[in-house]
Amino acid sequence: MSAAISHLKSSSATSTTSRATQDATWVRWTLTSVALLFLAFFLVLPLAAVFTEALRKGFGPFFGAFRDSDAIASIRLTLLTAAIAVPANVLFGVAAAWCIAKFNFSGKSILTTLIDLPFAVSPVISGLIYVLVFGLQGWLGQYQNAENPWFPWLQQWLVEQDFKIIFAVPGIVLATTFVTFPFVARELIPLMQSQGTDEEYAAVTLGANGWQTFWRVTVPNIKWGLFYGVILCNARAMGEFGAVSVVSGHIRGETNTMPLHVEILYNEYNFSAAFAVASLLAMLAIVTLVLKSFIEWRHAQSRLI
Amino acid sequence: MSTSARSQRSILPGFGLSLGFTLAYLGLIVLIPLSAAFIKTAGMSWADFVQAVASPRVLASYRLSFGASFAAGFINMVFGLIVAWVLVRYSFPGKKIVDALVDLPFALPTAVAGIALTAIYARNGLLGGLEPVWGGAVGWLDRYVPGIAWKEWLGVKIAFDRPGIFIALTFIGLPFVVRTLQPVLEELEPELEEASATLGASRWQTMRRVILPELFPAMITGFTLAFARALGEYGSVVFIAGNQPMHSEITPLLIITKLEQYDYKGATAIAVVLLIASFVLLLLINLLQKWSRRYHRI
Repeated sequence: MSAAISHLKSSSATSTTSRATQDATWVRWTLTSVALLFLAFFLVLPLAAVFTEALRKGFGPFFGAFRDSDAIASIRLTLLTAAIAVPANVLFGVAAAWCIAKFNFSGKSILTTLIDLPFAVSPVISGLIYVLVFGLQGWLGQYQNAENPWFPWLQQWLVEQDFKIIFAVPGIVLATTFVTFPFVARELIPLMQSQGTDEEYAAVTLGANGWQTFWRVTVPNIKWGLFYGVILCNARAMGEFGAVSVVSGHIRGETNTMPLHVEILYNEYNFSAAFAVASLLAMLAIVTLVLKSFIEWRHAQSRLI
Repeated sequence: MSTSARSQRSILPGFGLSLGFTLAYLGLIVLIPLSAAFIKTAGMSWADFVQAVASPRVLASYRLSFGASFAAGFINMVFGLIVAWVLVRYSFPGKKIVDALVDLPFALPTAVAGIALTAIYARNGLLGGLEPVWGGAVGWLDRYVPGIAWKEWLGVKIAFDRPGIFIALTFIGLPFVVRTLQPVLEELEPELEEASATLGASRWQTMRRVILPELFPAMITGFTLAFARALGEYGSVVFIAGNQPMHSEITPLLIITKLEQYDYKGATAIAVVLLIASFVLLLLINLLQKWSRRYHRI
């Protein structure tokens, strides 16, 4: 799903159109009104609804929702999950972009397609596959209960540790890592491919070692693209619902992320608290959009020079 | 991309390390877990598999998921074209903000979108007044256009019924068509339109015969992306859907229901069907993009 998330735009062509190719004024007015009405109905209204519902009963209940220890635990878990999943995918994204953009090898296009795979998988299935691997009915569970395991010491260790992944924090982190897997890589691969290898060759020829080349030449060139990928990756990591819902087990105060906490409050008809926590996530979305626009603007500026 | 002189050994270091890490990480996070779904299903007998993926309740969920995703994708294709056109061709105050806002469905967590849409369209919500209008319209169709189970197909409410599912899926698919069309529109050469106008075509003829054919591949790509996303969507739909078996239960929800009943095999079998549908769509999108690229070179 390669066009799924818009890349930094590669063109900034704003052509002046002549009169013969301009639309009549009434056409322009009609189309603009239709477009704005459509966006108002589908985008502005839901966003506004989050905040009005959150503040419906005033600021007291709004801030009260964040004094609840379960809410605080859910915020903490969401931050922890993003703090593991995002750096892991940054590391992967940089490594994948480095080998795909800077070297030639066979199977490259297959690898690029496989990296995009998680975007094509339903969030629910993203959670399910980890249940199949690590759940009690899954491979890990079967291994823990197997009569003749390959490595008895490993089985014993796993049982002694009461090693749990599903319905625990590791499962949430893994499922989040899966759904945010392609974000950084898909941003960096086209960017680094368009930059080519000339600057790195020059650095190496002048005697820089690998790390020096990477940190002093490659990283400064890709920093905005990297930032862009990180922002999108982080927004999805903090907001993921379906995949996390399957692996979490919904234990209040323990395995609830913010979106799951919103669901629980909502299903308990505690609407003002649900929308209060939701408004925090909506604020995250707004910050994401602002930063994203800022980077696109920076990118356009740097191309003009 | 420069293809020059890279067939010989590169002098850049780190190829083995980066490729090794990439493959290991890809395998551990994506490929092995994904293969678990297929391996689990391969262990089922054919009869069990058919039982799991083709029972009436599951078939009803496919019809709903595919139908609602198709409808939402189509609406997004039509309105996405208008939005992209307005954003690229016209200028109006606040355009930059509107342009940034188009990505909101990517940035807003789906659960938040789900409860917000439900609050708007529920009977006591801001647009709750639409519900009797919709119910009346469907009732009218049911009465005067017989032969189709309109109430079953279109639902009689908005929230907690099929229209709600359609609204949620339209929301989450909204950016795809706009974002696929925008770069194509920006690169559209004004000479084409000028030539068409010079040769005496009206603005409408130019639009229909010159511009739309140019945009068509991108429109279909955007539609397919939105459709594929809608097919697997869960978070924004469950709150607004009503979730009645055989009527307003989408396929991803059915997977969760089976999991909660500890029917792992049943859940996995349905997941495999959905996965195959997604992979076919992914393939289609790649082919479409090749097609549109070739189309533009001419």
